[in-house]
Amino acid sequence: MAVSVDPIHQFELQPLVSLGHIGNQQIAFTQSALYMFVAVGIIALLTIVATSGRSVVPGRLQALAETLYEFIADTVHQATGAEGKRFLPLVFSLFMFVLILNLLGMIPYAFAVTSHLIVTFGLALVVILTVVIYGVAKHGTHFLGVFVPSGVPKPLLLIMVPIEIVSFLSRPISLSVRLFANILAGHIALKIFAFFVVQLLVAGAWGVLSPLPLALTIALTALEFLVAALQAYVFATLTAVYLADALHPGH
Amino acid sequence: MAEKNPLTTPSPNADTKIVPPGSTQTHTEHAPGGHGAAFPPFESHTFLSQLIWLALAFGLLYYLMSKVALPRIEAILNDRSNRLSADLDQAQRMKAEADAAGAAYEKSLREAQAKAQGIAQDTRNTLSAEADAKRKTLEAELNQRLAASDATIRARTAEAMGNVRSIAGETASAIVERLTGQAPDPATLNRALDATPALN
Repeated sequence: MAVSVDPIHQFELQPLVSLGHIGNQQIAFTQSALYMFVAVGIIALLTIVATSGRSVVPGRLQALAETLYEFIADTVHQATGAEGKRFLPLVFSLFMFVLILNLLGMIPYAFAVTSHLIVTFGLALVVILTVVIYGVAKHGTHFLGVFVPSGVPKPLLLIMVPIEIVSFLSRPISLSVRLFANILAGHIALKIFAFFVVQLLVAGAWGVLSPLPLALTIALTALEFLVAALQAYVFATLTAVYLADALHPGH
Repeated sequence: MAEKNPLTTPSPNADTKIVPPGSTQTHTEHAPGGHGAAFPPFESHTFLSQLIWLALAFGLLYYLMSKVALPRIEAILNDRSNRLSADLDQAQRMKAEADAAGAAYEKSLREAQAKAQGIAQDTRNTLSAEADAKRKTLEAELNQRLAASDATIRARTAEAMGNVRSIAGETASAIVERLTGQAPDPATLNRALDATPALN
């Protein structure tokens, strides 16, 4: 395939199976969808196949699955208390899904699913809808207490309540844009710096400078691995924090 | 990655991008460095498709995690902690048993020691009582003998002293008889003997 120097090219969706149209929407099984199912497969392999032995003394993969479980369970427990345990599958699924998709995106020539805003927004929507639906179902109108900070003098509430409402509404946006922008910007930066190496190499004497962007690319790669894991953790932690609101409105 | 995809909409400039059906955009010629292309994450005609696949994939993942994976891992962790605490309990119990056995041993040892000491004390007491009795008999016997000897000595001394007086009387009467030619009057002699302190 022709090498594209366009740093945006890597984010294009490649339909593998086209399924027709709905309105102006094109429905197709793209490489993005394939990556999602691959991620689901990897997670299932790690958490289901690796634990099928149910050994008391775990092997490596089972130990990894247990560590991830305890990590997320601790995070959820700290944010939401004992009642938050029912949300553990959701937070764990979100964390693993984002983590594996981010890491898959780090493989050269692979596609970063989380670099598409609609995907991260879809995940954020799952979180916010869970918060709202569970909060209303459990607390009814008391759920509106989430907009009323306790211990604030009445006159101040006139200012605080609108701020709280805006802050609540911006949650799905900040949650999705944070992940999307991190992954997108990281991949663009990687591509640009990596391309500098090539450009310098073909520019004759300037080629002696090519190790500089190469070193930067390597450093950026390491940073992107950190970002991949960190953003998954941030997504999971914020999800747990927002879910705590659904459990205990009126903070 | 496929440069050419037969399954995409058969547009003349078959590109691998998803193109909205009604779109009249002509950014299909995707030359390297072609900055005229739309920004893929904002191509809204792909949103529904992506959301559908996301819902399917994430729904499947959530189902697998909540029904299979997490209950299993939780069961494994619970099982392990149960087993650990059971083992610890057992160890605790065994330690308690060992402690009890040790205490019992110490107790019987102390009892045995006390018993041995008692026996030794008894034996010592008996022996010393016997020795005391023997010593006392012996001492009594010796005292008796001593007293007997004393009495004998005193009798002999008295006897001897009596003899001394008669000897002194006889000697004195013999000396007086030699000097004066006549035996002294026994009454005078007795008076003279009485007057001599050494003879009394």
